Amino acid sequence: MAVIRDRPLPVAGQAVSVETLDMTMRFGGFTALDNVSLRFPAGGFHALLGENGAGKSTLVKCIMGFYRPTSGSLMIDGREVEVASPRDAALYGLGMVYQHFTLVPSLTGAENLVISRAEVPTVINWAKERRLLADFMAGMPFDIPLDRPVRDLAAGQKQKLEIVKQLYLGRSFLVLDEPTSVLTPAEADEMLGLVRGMTERGELTVLMISHKFHEVRKFADTVAILRRGRLIGSGRVEDLSTAEMAAMMIGDVKLAELDDRVPTSPTASPVLRIDQAVAPDRSGLKVVEIADLGVRAGEIVGVAGISGNGQKELAEMLAGQRPLTSGRILVGDKPYGASRTDTVEHKVRFIPEEPLQNACAPKMSVAENLYFRAFDRAAGGGRTFKLSRPAMRRHAASLVADFKVKTSSLASPIAALSGGNVQRAVLARELTGDVDLLIVANPCFGLDFSAVAEIRARIMRARNAGAAVLLISEDLDELLELSDRILVMSEGRIVYETHAQTADVAVIGAHMAGHH
Amino acid sequence: MESTAIGLWGIPLAILAGAIRVSTPFIFVSLGETITERSGRINLGLEGTLVFGAMTAYAIAVVTGSPWLGVAGAMAAGASFGLIHGFICRWPKVNDIAIGIAMMQFGLGLAFFLGKPYIQPAAPHLPSIPFGFWSGLPQIQAALDINVLFLIGAALTFALRWVLANTRIGLTLRVVGDSTDAARAMGIDPHRVRLVATAVGGAFAAVGGAYLSLYYPGAWNEGISSGQGLMAVALVIFARWNPVGCFLAALLFGGAGALGPALQSVGVTSGYYLFYAAPYALTLVIMIATSSPNRPVPGMPGALSLTK
Repeated sequence: MAVIRDRPLPVAGQAVSVETLDMTMRFGGFTALDNVSLRFPAGGFHALLGENGAGKSTLVKCIMGFYRPTSGSLMIDGREVEVASPRDAALYGLGMVYQHFTLVPSLTGAENLVISRAEVPTVINWAKERRLLADFMAGMPFDIPLDRPVRDLAAGQKQKLEIVKQLYLGRSFLVLDEPTSVLTPAEADEMLGLVRGMTERGELTVLMISHKFHEVRKFADTVAILRRGRLIGSGRVEDLSTAEMAAMMIGDVKLAELDDRVPTSPTASPVLRIDQAVAPDRSGLKVVEIADLGVRAGEIVGVAGISGNGQKELAEMLAGQRPLTSGRILVGDKPYGASRTDTVEHKVRFIPEEPLQNACAPKMSVAENLYFRAFDRAAGGGRTFKLSRPAMRRHAASLVADFKVKTSSLASPIAALSGGNVQRAVLARELTGDVDLLIVANPCFGLDFSAVAEIRARIMRARNAGAAVLLISEDLDELLELSDRILVMSEGRIVYETHAQTADVAVIGAHMAGHH
Repeated sequence: MESTAIGLWGIPLAILAGAIRVSTPFIFVSLGETITERSGRINLGLEGTLVFGAMTAYAIAVVTGSPWLGVAGAMAAGASFGLIHGFICRWPKVNDIAIGIAMMQFGLGLAFFLGKPYIQPAAPHLPSIPFGFWSGLPQIQAALDINVLFLIGAALTFALRWVLANTRIGLTLRVVGDSTDAARAMGIDPHRVRLVATAVGGAFAAVGGAYLSLYYPGAWNEGISSGQGLMAVALVIFARWNPVGCFLAALLFGGAGALGPALQSVGVTSGYYLFYAAPYALTLVIMIATSSPNRPVPGMPGALSLTK
């Protein structure tokens, strides 16, 4: 393997071991990390599990030099080292692949790799660099086009390029922060399999932060579990059951349980019907075409697909954000234009993804945000001109209590809430009152167990109460758990439909990947 | 009838000559703005920088007798304006567009104030190269008498394209412009890159001003600019932040601007004022035709934003 690196200290392509000793990190009076001692032997594939706020990212940031631990030390290959900055971490061969992409979208893969080096020549000799890159890529298990702008790459390719970048920089210990959250099951398996191969050959040590037990089971050798900043348990993966790992992660919190599924009435009429609807996609170059989609009262229809295959556009079409070029959307057999009048008349509620940006006014207060559906409605049902502040406060207080939204005050801006609580607040607003049609997109993205369980239980309850639910999600497990029927979107079309109970994940995955 | 021997051929020739003459300041201002916007910042103050550069160049040329010293002085003044803009914008919650408008007014006001004594005296002009020496026709000689700054601008266009693709400085600029976070992760200080990019952009714009006062129209007065500094910002968007695109857009814009005078010179007298509006109408039409409400402008640097 051609070696391209900035400094000679660690040997590229040779794994190092990393160990933390009594690492503690305090932010003021809050202890984010409490005496954590962990060993990651060279050439291992290690997993780090924990809820949001358990201290996973604090630990990793201490290792990577973003934070200086309050006390404790770090050993690399058995020697104590001082890592005061990410630059120092790079010096010792420590690298990190973040959950979000850090590649520069408008630059090509080759440009991204070259500019990320610590020493870039003043004038770049592209002929020479291309040759060196080709040699380097020949030794990599990944196949990625380097001459296209990164924005044109698929999510899986971007994630691989992030890993390749770290290896190109000569890292021998890699932290992967939820590396598969944007990938399909097949892409995730392939990518982790290749990385696993590199650890088995002793080229790399990997520490993967994950939420997904099946990935930990399949790829990791050892697992460590953090909760509230403490190391709760660690050991070899084969010695622990999934239930034991989950119990260690969440502690003795009782998770909300899904209500039993009330059978959908076979005669229930479709509440939502999409009929030959066509709209341009985000790039404006292709179209999203939904030939026929119906959702009946009392059922959840799940829409699966890899990010960027038209699900976002479908959600926008339903929200009235993306005008149709042809076709119709019908709600209750009437054309639906997603105006405020329409949503009120047909009792349509909408929970878009990233609710803070898409369903809230971030700087307005929690109480105001919770009142968006009701502020212009008089008590009797007509419209009102004047906003009643006391009514708004009462309304907000009851929703906050009912949906367990944690907020310091009803008057604080909604942007100050954590992601799970923003999602709870939006859910509270959207699920209060009669709901005939509920459109939900990626409701549990990035939330912890108890929030996820609570939100899924609420959606199931809405279904059982007779609402028609369209659930657009990139999380296949979520779709399998909640849906009655699952549709698969690929390249802007619905390409496959199956009953959730008899669904075959492999078949769904194949359709998601475009094999149909 | 020697002088009208080329008849209607005079129109395209006049348009070509006009394109070169009118486009030069657009080339410099839009290249400068391209550098600034590629770093993720908008400097709307270039109109003020342009006029201040015109005044500085003229004043220095009057005092020293050297137009090139005037250009150098204008560049220094433009860079200072850029530095002020860049320095103010590094503070959090400062909006670069608002600062740009303030800097524009500041530049205009300061130029008019300091430039009062230089409206009367005459300054030496920048040289031009008579590429039309082979022809006996005065129209051709006039049309091919090409100013040196245009040639420098053309060379800078291709040099800038090369720098953006093939040098560390170029890649750094593009990284900063596309993603502030990625730049920070690479250890690049985005503030510094933007400060320098805004200063260089200001220097370029001031050269455009020097051209106005030292070549065409070639005198300093308060009405010297007809909004070239503002139109150049629109040209950058139209050219998709691409230097060669800026050059071609400036030529197109200059050519459209020469349509009115060219028609007038061959005797079209009715409604030629309408043709003076051609460049603006053309810009509007092209912007509308190439934009879409449903997708972002391709090639736009990711860190550019109206709200900060």
